[in-house]
Amino acid sequence: MLDELSYYHQAILHLAALITLSSFLMLGQSRLLRLIGVFAAQGFLLSASTALVAQTHDFPHLYISALLSLLLKGLLIPMMLYRLVMRMNLHREMDTVEHPAGVMMGGATLVVFSYYVCLPIVKLSPLMTLNTISVSLAVVLLGMLLMITRRHAVAQVVGFMSIENGLFFAAVVSTMGMPMVVELGIAFDVLVAAVIFGIFFFHIRSSIDSLDVDRLSKLSEVEE
Amino acid sequence: MIAVYLILLAPLIGIAVLAVQGDPDKSRRYNIIFNAITLICSLWLAVLVLLKGPLLSSGKQLYIDSFNVYLVVLTAFVGFTTALFSSAYMEHEREIGKINLKMLRFYYAAYQSFMFTMFLVLTTNNMGILWVAMEGATLATVLLVSLYRTPEAVEAAWKYFILCGVGIAQALFGTILLYFAAEQAVEIGSGDALLWTTLFENATVLNPGVMNIAFVFLLVGYGTKMGLVPLHNWLPDAHSEGPTPMSAILSGLLLNDALYAVVRSKMLADRALGTALPGYLMMGFGLLSFLVAALLLHHQKDIKRLFSYSSIEHMGLMTFAFGIGSPWATFAALFHMTTHSLTKSAIFVTVGHAAQLAGTQRMDKIRGLINTQPMIGWGLLVGTLAIAGFPPFGVFASEFLILVATMQDYPGLTPLLLIGIGVAFAGLFRHLQPMVFGVVPEGQQAIVANLTPVMVHLALVLWLGLSIPVFLGNWFNQATQLIAGSMPL
Repeated sequence: MLDELSYYHQAILHLAALITLSSFLMLGQSRLLRLIGVFAAQGFLLSASTALVAQTHDFPHLYISALLSLLLKGLLIPMMLYRLVMRMNLHREMDTVEHPAGVMMGGATLVVFSYYVCLPIVKLSPLMTLNTISVSLAVVLLGMLLMITRRHAVAQVVGFMSIENGLFFAAVVSTMGMPMVVELGIAFDVLVAAVIFGIFFFHIRSSIDSLDVDRLSKLSEVEE
Repeated sequence: MIAVYLILLAPLIGIAVLAVQGDPDKSRRYNIIFNAITLICSLWLAVLVLLKGPLLSSGKQLYIDSFNVYLVVLTAFVGFTTALFSSAYMEHEREIGKINLKMLRFYYAAYQSFMFTMFLVLTTNNMGILWVAMEGATLATVLLVSLYRTPEAVEAAWKYFILCGVGIAQALFGTILLYFAAEQAVEIGSGDALLWTTLFENATVLNPGVMNIAFVFLLVGYGTKMGLVPLHNWLPDAHSEGPTPMSAILSGLLLNDALYAVVRSKMLADRALGTALPGYLMMGFGLLSFLVAALLLHHQKDIKRLFSYSSIEHMGLMTFAFGIGSPWATFAALFHMTTHSLTKSAIFVTVGHAAQLAGTQRMDKIRGLINTQPMIGWGLLVGTLAIAGFPPFGVFASEFLILVATMQDYPGLTPLLLIGIGVAFAGLFRHLQPMVFGVVPEGQQAIVANLTPVMVHLALVLWLGLSIPVFLGNWFNQATQLIAGSMPL
């Protein structure tokens, strides 16, 4: 079935597979610096697929999106996180995943689930869109899983940002990007969110003397 | 259209001015002035829409019809009265040393950014921009929730940020699917594919399968922002730990605007699907939130958390009513949005003063308000009576209408609603009675309070309960026609 597709489609499918793979890598990665590294790689893949779509379909405005995601997701945010980790002296800290096998199985289930959810879409579009939409939904859900399984604030932020990556991928490959003004707006929101996260690290650390967000547990319904 | 531009421009200039203005007296006054400008412009806009009908800006990016215009007026009004309240409240917080000048400057700038995002949510015609503005509202308020820097406040803000951020990511996925559906349809030009007006006109050609999934994602996403159970965890924390004016506008405005986004999506989904599924989903989520929040009211120890749960309860009720979708239910839900928003912001203002008076937010420490400062005691008592749905206040009228509408279409569900209202009533009053009438603790002294906003709000709610003014009835009627397809009156 694959050889019926054009080179472009094959390339996009490969990139989609690589992006999912990077999500799984993040899921199993317990060292913070490597986690950030994989996240940056995902940003590069995202930017590459955007540029590919722009080139093939001749959508010049997608080049801007590609550049934006390269700068924002591939360079700026990972570098910011990296510097924060170094500055707060966290690079030796491990954020161990508690049941790695279970988490991976859960991740695989989520991917299957995403394909199931997106089934109605296959009826009206070619194979490729089904794959890309399902993959991007899977990346979103895997990002959530990452956030649920981790206790470290930095890992949670990486999960949060990889959810954004999944959404961005969906927009690029299934609809050739959103209108420019929306895309700029989203990029702006992501940038502000990244800055606020940076501020938060310091707040959290000064309040609980660690970035282990599991210790943020003063506010709960079952008290005293 | 100038009015719309001014409404968006005033808070934008406000952000710039208040971000650099160091003098607290001046920023206090400027904050009120900027909100007054938007209020005047919104009234002007309302008159325009009433006379001329819906307005579409030349680039088609802004759209005002009878549904959002009344929310614009409501937002501007509550924003203005809360600005009045916040000037006295924040001054007190500064005097007792809870915040410093830098934080105060940040507070005012963030207040204006929040107002800007709220107006953008309401006036934009672009579903993508609507999402951007909604996320912007989270970003504008999240650092305000942690303004006091206590461990609780930081935790609340983190929870708010993460949960709302993840939740609203679902809404973005829904928006992308919406765009996908629109691009598939040949009738829609790709430049207009996210414009609500275009989507609504051509909704019948959108693919039902895709629209179905898109609506579920939009509902979950914006529902998180609205505090629908089971995604409500962040709401009581964020509302209780931030400064009280923030709680007032979060409860009074942000929740309404999130509901607005859901209803706009439902209008598209209804037309595209031709089934009752979106309505059922909203009814289910709404009823669940309503009942769960009513029960949780009984467990609360913090006064602001108490009223946050009451907000969840009321948002659930509105979602339920919009879900029923009959003209009566829609009319009632629109009415309830207004009365709830006015009453709830008034209550938070009073609660803020009560907490300052007692020096704590813990309900077992707040006692004898009516003896120390009768105005605050009465304000809290009357406000709670109003929110619990006592006649002759407006909330009674709107809840009664919702009940009648439920009786018509789903008689089996009315007992559940009645039980929920009863349980919530008991939950509120068991806490309220000792706080208002209890024995005054030693050394409790009256404080400087500005209760004009409370009185104005409660008077309006009373007026709405006694009779709906003709122009307002017209508005609701037109909005109902838009949403439900026909008029109730």
